Amino acid sequence: MNLNDWALSLITFLPLVVAALVIAVPKADEDLQKLIALVGSLIPLGLVVWVLANFDYDRSGELQFSVNRGWIDLINSRFHIGIEGIGLPMLVLSCLIIPLCIVYSWNHFPDPHNPKAFLALMLLLETGMNGTFISQDLILFFVFFELVLLPMYFMIGVWGGPNRQYASLKFFLYTMFGSAFMLLGFLALYFKAGRTFDIAQLMTNVETAGISTNTQRLIFAGLFLGFAIKVPMFPFHTWLPDAHTEAPTQGSVILAAVLLKLGTYGFIKIAIPILPEGARFWAPVIGVLAAIGILYGALGCLAQTDFKRLIAFSSVAHMGYVMLGISTLTTYGINAAVFGMVAHGFITGMLFFCAGSLKERFHTLEINRMGGLLKTMPKLGWVLGFASMASLGLPGLAGFWGEFPAILSAYKPHPSLNESLFRVFMVVAAVGTVFAAGYLLWLYQRTAFGEPKAEWAGHEFHDVSTEEWIAWAPMLIAIVVLGIFPALLFGITDGAVTNLVDHVTKVLGS
Amino acid sequence: MLGLVAGFTGLVEGATGSFISPKIDVHALAPEIVLLVVAIAVLLIDLFIDETRKFLVNTIAGFGVIASAIPLVTLALEGSDRSMFNGAYVVDDFSLVMKAVFIIAGYLTLLMSANYLQEGDYHEGEFSFLIVCSLLGMVVMASARDLITIFVALETLSIPAYLLAGWKKRNRKSNEASVKYYLLGVIASAVMLYGMSFIYGVTGETVLVNIGAKIGDSGNANGLTAVGIFLVIVGFAFKVSAVPFHQWAPDTYEGAPTPVTAFLSVASKAAGFVALMELVFVAFFPRADVYGPIFWVLAVLTMTVGNVVALRQTNIVRMLAYSSVAQAGFILVPFAAVAEKQEAAVTAQRSIVTYLIIYTLMNLGAFAMVIAVARKTNSGEIDSYAGLFHYAPGLTVVMTIFLFSLAGIPPFGGWFAKFTVFNTALDGGGPWSVSLAAIAAVNAVIGATYYLKIMREMWMKPSPDGSTRIIVPPSLQLALGLCAVSVLAIGLFPGLITQFSEVARLFR
Repeated sequence: MNLNDWALSLITFLPLVVAALVIAVPKADEDLQKLIALVGSLIPLGLVVWVLANFDYDRSGELQFSVNRGWIDLINSRFHIGIEGIGLPMLVLSCLIIPLCIVYSWNHFPDPHNPKAFLALMLLLETGMNGTFISQDLILFFVFFELVLLPMYFMIGVWGGPNRQYASLKFFLYTMFGSAFMLLGFLALYFKAGRTFDIAQLMTNVETAGISTNTQRLIFAGLFLGFAIKVPMFPFHTWLPDAHTEAPTQGSVILAAVLLKLGTYGFIKIAIPILPEGARFWAPVIGVLAAIGILYGALGCLAQTDFKRLIAFSSVAHMGYVMLGISTLTTYGINAAVFGMVAHGFITGMLFFCAGSLKERFHTLEINRMGGLLKTMPKLGWVLGFASMASLGLPGLAGFWGEFPAILSAYKPHPSLNESLFRVFMVVAAVGTVFAAGYLLWLYQRTAFGEPKAEWAGHEFHDVSTEEWIAWAPMLIAIVVLGIFPALLFGITDGAVTNLVDHVTKVLGS
Repeated sequence: MLGLVAGFTGLVEGATGSFISPKIDVHALAPEIVLLVVAIAVLLIDLFIDETRKFLVNTIAGFGVIASAIPLVTLALEGSDRSMFNGAYVVDDFSLVMKAVFIIAGYLTLLMSANYLQEGDYHEGEFSFLIVCSLLGMVVMASARDLITIFVALETLSIPAYLLAGWKKRNRKSNEASVKYYLLGVIASAVMLYGMSFIYGVTGETVLVNIGAKIGDSGNANGLTAVGIFLVIVGFAFKVSAVPFHQWAPDTYEGAPTPVTAFLSVASKAAGFVALMELVFVAFFPRADVYGPIFWVLAVLTMTVGNVVALRQTNIVRMLAYSSVAQAGFILVPFAAVAEKQEAAVTAQRSIVTYLIIYTLMNLGAFAMVIAVARKTNSGEIDSYAGLFHYAPGLTVVMTIFLFSLAGIPPFGGWFAKFTVFNTALDGGGPWSVSLAAIAAVNAVIGATYYLKIMREMWMKPSPDGSTRIIVPPSLQLALGLCAVSVLAIGLFPGLITQFSEVARLFR
């Protein structure tokens, strides 16, 4: 068995097998369930490390570890998987977050407990997420993209907060609405561009097939709807605060760290390379929505009284930066976007972990009822401060490299785009960073500084526990390391992004 | 019954020339013959069997139905198309695949009804007899390529169903179900026959292929054929419960015994679609100008009204009834798409067959679940599913598979059914087909809403006090297992059924 061929399949489907094993364990034996789930999620992590070690970084624009087998012959859809410079960081992120969430869950299973089902759902999520990042066939991508919906729906709906039923339904329907139109877009591509669902083939076919500009724009609109709802971009974002607020901590972390990236990844991997003409046409719209999202998210944050809801709105703003970078269609912007995706994954994931731990101690997420965190729980207070600083884009931490280059890239967008328009976006985004600093520092001030609130007088708080440290340490380290050595990540993505932008330029130029 | 078919065809023959005795191909007719023998045997056994062993009748019928599938395999292996009665009765790959679908549906229905009948004070023997009779009509329908054969098949499958709908004898709702179904069914038949007479009047043919050759250019009678086509489609729109001809469905489905409802919503509906396929793709094919707009309007109305009304239902059987109306709307989409681009006929037929196969499995599965849960709760209200996950986790997972499949979420079979429909619509490619695809996409989301409503009850609501496990009898377990496993397998490897739907094509 050649591991080169099997690595990606194992990374994707092993969690599914482990989930089945967890379900098979008797209900009472919770320790065994946790152990199997943890080991089962560490194996894909090990494999992805092996992939990292064997990845040829000089050819990061090319598909590696690829497998291409028949799947649904009738519609010429194939089991075509592989990984390149853009998917790899996402895959690593997804494989890392799941075991960390399992560790965090160890003694923190949300109500109604049932670790067996909870662990199985997390592993199922991993299968869906990993599969999305390695798919090189649109139908395969669609299946994984949708597969992610199910476990998250149950995580929010069963283990969520008081308003969980509404939130889970909203999450499900919004995403499904988008993906239905995305599927129509895929099918239109299939019929217009040589009856294939293979992403690489479609890239060349669309170029040569002579599809009318209007059709390309229309198809892009379909894909846009699917991905923009998942990101979520400004007018489609309303499901996100509800989903985040109601979801259990682990669900919020996975949602913020990986699920949102499925949308931005779709733009970079599918929509833009296959339909450069559509991308050119819609880029100003994406830019406007991104800029609005940045401001709207930031202003929304200022108005929140709920810790988790605030971070959810900050996600809207951060994904705005990512989308702004993407909309410039430049290597600079898209590299920044991929960096932003990874950085946001770690940082916002971390903030949601903090939120979960605060909730567990205070039994509330009302910001006004917290305070004096540095006195009652200094360690947790410092971790929260660290994550907030990273989130507002402090140089030297990971958040900076996602935000700052994205803003800069809008100064000089792709030559086919309107330069002055994007400079306006740049100014708006820059103003957004000020707001970001404002709401995060204000949040930190209200929660960490000052004296503990009178209602908690005499209340004994546990500071950060061991399993919290284990779950958080890798993320904290990653935030620092990526902040100091951004080349680690840019080195992986740059080759793939350059390829992509070259392709776009070639098509738009001709 | 088959003699009747031969007789009718003979009459037509007699009108044009001297009578020639038709050749009977016993191998080709073997599935029908087996079913006929099973039906009679079941009736006789029921007469003589001891009251305490009535359950055996159901078992025997089940094995008989399976036996009728054996000739399908031998015919498929043998491979050649067989045509009888001057093309009025054809056994080709299409008919074999559809016959297999009907037989599977019939078998699953018998499995589901076994304990239901025993525990519910019904006439057991006659029930199985009528199911097998109705099944016979469906199996004939899959081979019918002649207006009269289609009509005879339709009546053969419908009349037992009218009786079965009223099988809860002392239940008023069930009586109402039966009468409503009967009256509207008969009106539909009359409308259809009237339309057929127009078509026969213009073309002078009853065999579908010959109609197809002549109907494209019927000179100054074009208006008359248009009326004929319209009326025939309306007649079948009743059968497949397309809006606005669906009013009987929810009441009938709610009142009828649940296994019968499952049978009606799946097998009977599939038979209607098979007839529509035969008529549209063989006989009416050149007249896309007539059936195109009809199907477009029917599809939009059926999907939208079915879904929107289903949102408001509080009874699960009524909800599934409206859901099956909406699902029928999706199956109507390819008919409309093909009118815009006739080259899409291949994809269209493939998608209808694919949809019918998957729909059969997932909808029967959902009804089997309703039966299983009702054994404990004695209720069809959706809120009686509250907290099911806490006391019947296994059943909940199985029901989740069926509901997500009906909603069209991967990796469960239903996604591929919906996918093939979208596929056909975009193959059609014109503005009408694409707009239809967009409407279908929105409808898929509306549909998900009410399936999720049940999901919410099962997974997210607290269970009522003192709930204990649900005991599911083995035959029902088998039905649930078969449906769940195949829905999952098809969703992961759609190639499993595309090899059938690919060959199941009608030739003109």
